[in-house]
Amino acid sequence: MAPINWHSVFFLLFALITCGSAVAVVVSANIVRMAFYLVISLGAVAGLFFLAGAEFLGALQLMVYVGGTMVLLIFGVMLTARGPLVSMQTGGGQWVLATLVGVALLAVLLRTAFSVDAWWHGPETADQVVTAKDTTTPLGLALLGLRVDRPDPQQATAPQGVLSGYLLPFEIISVHLLVVLIGAAYLARAKKRVGKPTGENAAGGGGVSDE
Amino acid sequence: MMDLLTQPVGVAHYLVVGAILFASGVVCMAAKRNALGVLMGIELVLNGANLNFVAFGSSYLAPGGQSTIGLDGQLMAMFVIVLAAAEAAVALAIALCYYNSHASIDVDRANELKG
Repeated sequence: MAPINWHSVFFLLFALITCGSAVAVVVSANIVRMAFYLVISLGAVAGLFFLAGAEFLGALQLMVYVGGTMVLLIFGVMLTARGPLVSMQTGGGQWVLATLVGVALLAVLLRTAFSVDAWWHGPETADQVVTAKDTTTPLGLALLGLRVDRPDPQQATAPQGVLSGYLLPFEIISVHLLVVLIGAAYLARAKKRVGKPTGENAAGGGGVSDE
Repeated sequence: MMDLLTQPVGVAHYLVVGAILFASGVVCMAAKRNALGVLMGIELVLNGANLNFVAFGSSYLAPGGQSTIGLDGQLMAMFVIVLAAAEAAVALAIALCYYNSHASIDVDRANELKG
């Protein structure tokens, strides 16, 4: 019997946790439990990132997703989960339709994954040592427009200022984050009167809201 | 099953996990009545896509240690994570706004724009 490949064992562990929690999110009707299962699922996805050699992305997933986005979502759950809103049942017809769509989508995606034979083979030998490469520095340099991981033969001869990295998307996404920050703060600002749109509230914009 | 424990995993194993995440997210988006449940479905879909990006860019999974897209997969996944955070912030603000004005979070009752 071949020796156990621990990379595959841990992949199987994290994959089972991920898929099980994702299915639990779908079948659970309680919104608080759904949030908890989603945290488990996203954390296991971070483990899969580590196993794939993307250690910076795994840390980013844990910090931004599990630490930031999920806290935001859980705050939303805590603010809105009141009485009958905690668990809302969906009708049977909607479940049948949604499951039909989901199973069809799953069949298409699995057929794609199974169709290419080369994708099923990892590194040739089980005990092959893949040298660990640090990905943090190349990622940061690529965001600044410098690709050290993929040397571009044209870059040496290109005119000054022509870069092949991701500097422009990086700038766009930073401005996008600023816009989102201001927009979300404006949308979620505290209002004095609840459920009664008055004239001054509609006309005054941000000026009339206090505390 | 024993074959899976002794053989190295490839890209396709990750694709299967990503497909299950994606399908679960789509079902969650379609079937949940709670607006925050729909948001959680979106997070699942984005994570399924991210997993595929990372798998295709990983040199640990490809035969010969040569991945097809290299570090580009991780960069795309980074952008997706940031966009997901921004999307969650705005969607949550909208959901809270709706809850404040309607005292409900049920998406089936948000039908005032129906023509």
